[in-house]
Amino acid sequence: MMWDFFLYCSIYLSLIMLLPMYRVVFGPTVFDRLMGVNAIGSKTVVLLLLIGFIYERPDMFVDIALAYALLNFIAVIATSRYFYKRRRL
Amino acid sequence: MILDIVCIIFVLGGLLFFTGGSVGIIRLPDFYTRMHPAGKLDSMGSLMVIIGLFVYIMETPNLLNALTGLKIVLIAVFMYLSSPTATHCIVDAAMRSGLKPWEK
Repeated sequence: MMWDFFLYCSIYLSLIMLLPMYRVVFGPTVFDRLMGVNAIGSKTVVLLLLIGFIYERPDMFVDIALAYALLNFIAVIATSRYFYKRRRL
Repeated sequence: MILDIVCIIFVLGGLLFFTGGSVGIIRLPDFYTRMHPAGKLDSMGSLMVIIGLFVYIMETPNLLNALTGLKIVLIAVFMYLSSPTATHCIVDAAMRSGLKPWEK
């Protein structure tokens, strides 16, 4: 029962990620795209945890999720520093 | 059995918060107003889903599951440190690069 529940939650979360993907593709400015990437990344951490419970190996997927959270944070900080004080985007 | 129901309630609540954040990113008119659902609702949804998964994994308590649950809680703690920092950093870069707020 819980396996089916985690599977359907993962499918629903993957479909929800398409809405920030619209903002990443058609965003008017660079910062809209950066915000969409940040939202997709914070959903991906939760999706990796759910995939770990689907494969019944959560001890391995928790490490992958932790590394992905660190990588997402560093990527967003570095990209927003790159666009710092840059006029007319 | 009762812990399964608690897990289901927490995970469904977290997915509801994720839905609200994504719809807000689509439908709000401006970058600064779109930053509001992207910054707050993702944090709350992540916290509720992670609490639900922690309750589920601590149903059979042994050493491996306790260590995995500790790492899951550490993901929540790190996300609560990093998400406001990333939000502030994006908004600061947008303000300094001269992006005007929305006026009707």
